[in-house]
Amino acid sequence: MIELLTTHYIYVLTFALLGLGIYMVIASENLVKKLIGVNLFQTAIFLFFVAMAYIDVDGASAPIVPHEGTPGEVMVASPLPQVIVLTAIVVGIALTAVGLALIIRIYAEYGTLREDTLREVRADE
Amino acid sequence: MSSADLLLPLLIAVPILAATLPIALGLWFDRTGWYVAAATTGGLFVGAVALANEVYTGGNVIHRLGGYPREYGIELVADEFSTLIVLLVTAVAAGVLAYTRRGGPRGNTFYTAYLLLVSGLLGISMTGDVFNLFVFLEITSIATYALVASGDGPEAAVAALKYLILGTVAASMYLIGVAFVFMATGTLNMVELAAAIPEANATLIRAGIGFMIVGFAVKVAQWPLHTWQPSAYHRAPDGVTPLIAALVSTASAYAFGRVIVTVFGVDYLTAVPNLAPIVLTIGCVSVLAGTVLAVIQTDVKRMLAYSSVSQFGLVIAAYGVVVAGESETALVGAVVHLVGHGLLKAGLFLGAALVATSYGARTVDEYAGLAKRRPFVAGSMAVLLFALVGVPPGVGFVGKWYIALGAVESQLWPVAAVIFLSTMLTLAYAARLLEKMYFTPSAPADATHPGTAATDGGTTDADAAAAIRGAESADPVSVGMIAVVVVAAVAAVALGFAGGTVADLLEPFLTEVFN
Repeated sequence: MIELLTTHYIYVLTFALLGLGIYMVIASENLVKKLIGVNLFQTAIFLFFVAMAYIDVDGASAPIVPHEGTPGEVMVASPLPQVIVLTAIVVGIALTAVGLALIIRIYAEYGTLREDTLREVRADE
Repeated sequence: MSSADLLLPLLIAVPILAATLPIALGLWFDRTGWYVAAATTGGLFVGAVALANEVYTGGNVIHRLGGYPREYGIELVADEFSTLIVLLVTAVAAGVLAYTRRGGPRGNTFYTAYLLLVSGLLGISMTGDVFNLFVFLEITSIATYALVASGDGPEAAVAALKYLILGTVAASMYLIGVAFVFMATGTLNMVELAAAIPEANATLIRAGIGFMIVGFAVKVAQWPLHTWQPSAYHRAPDGVTPLIAALVSTASAYAFGRVIVTVFGVDYLTAVPNLAPIVLTIGCVSVLAGTVLAVIQTDVKRMLAYSSVSQFGLVIAAYGVVVAGESETALVGAVVHLVGHGLLKAGLFLGAALVATSYGARTVDEYAGLAKRRPFVAGSMAVLLFALVGVPPGVGFVGKWYIALGAVESQLWPVAAVIFLSTMLTLAYAARLLEKMYFTPSAPADATHPGTAATDGGTTDADAAAAIRGAESADPVSVGMIAVVVVAAVAAVALGFAGGTVADLLEPFLTEVFN
């Protein structure tokens, strides 16, 4: 078990962060914190993608760093996951922006950011 | 080959570029949005028909973006399955546009979001790359969140935020699935993946499948992950609900089917233990839960939204049958039901929007006596409801028939029983609405609520027709709006007759999947 944890620490870290994010989404009553939870959830996936590029090639260096040694012998991590993560980050930013805009609208209408208060206010109407 | 493959990137890029126009032109002119959107959607529809002509006569059309080969670049693919969805998206988008001309929502920002949504949906239909699929899913979703939030009142914002949080988590789940599959195979292209997956590390692939199924179950609104859908459909503006109800979940369900049949492959999935029972259970439980919840609703839009949960459950159950029994028939059923349901729901929600605009009627009880006041709308809605229940020759019957046939062929009797039971329950809520419309006299007290008065100038054909009738020109409902609902009803019946043709058109795709 311990060995599994130490050899597969990327999975452990990723899923700890994923769990933290989803816990915030579910348990937090504050809408902004919920959105932070969503962001945390996504960040865990981004880290997972970046770490993944190094899994097959141990000791590889980042693709953008200039290397010493003869060409053809240098181990380079796959650049594709990093490109993917860049795109996914942009998507995440757009989502956060839309989410924050919605939260501002909700705050302006109901005067609260807490979900329990929000539920009470909406039940009264 | 001709330059027909250029149609693929154009179908996606044109609406994105056109989406900037309503806001840019809006700095100088009011109300340019509709014209930009109409011109773009019209062009897209023509393009889609040309593409369909190419695909159904000459086979798959493939475009490599930037000329990069499959291993490095992104491919856009139009095959028999995706072309049907492209046709559905452009047709429904054009129909909804005919409604919003008079029925609203107006304003240039609405049309910007609308065009982005259409672009995302076409992207989902045609992409040949699993990560690109994620990006288009998110473009579609972001546009949908904005459209849902544009509804009147703060409740729309709450519904949109709920949808945003659930939808983002779902899309992220799909992304984790992509990460696992990529880790096992080192490629993102669907065709390359299909070739690489059988030899890849089975544990990683299965983890990927699991995450993808959860992600799609939320996006397609399967019980118990459906909770975002009724509030989102209910709170969205009347002109937006037909669009998102007919297309957004349909595109996600299409993507799920695409991932099952093209990426993982039916042969591979059949060998994965417990996969087919899980997918079948998700689908069947959603069918029953959706219909039962729909029966107890009083609000028409909410009722139709829960009905969507059950109808998509049917599609997911059909995928389960495809995986469990390698059934071609069930796949045809899933495709026909997907397209048919998109059309039916668009028509029904447009009808509901029309009634709400004219009389402010939103609950089932308020539909009393509608057949007298609006014979065409009530008649069309009746036809659409019968088609939804599955009365032949409506398109709903054809889809259900193929799915049930596939289930029986694969010895999956419980699925056939669930389909039968859900048909009875669907009849229960459809009949309630029909009874109100045709056999209950309208309450004398509720005279016509004046809807939002039309302030839009201009003369399209529909407006001209309305103007000739003079006295009714103040009516908030234009002839064009009624015509769209009637056309949807006629198309639902016509497609029902054409069910066999669709199966023939799909034939090359099926042989490709099941050989």
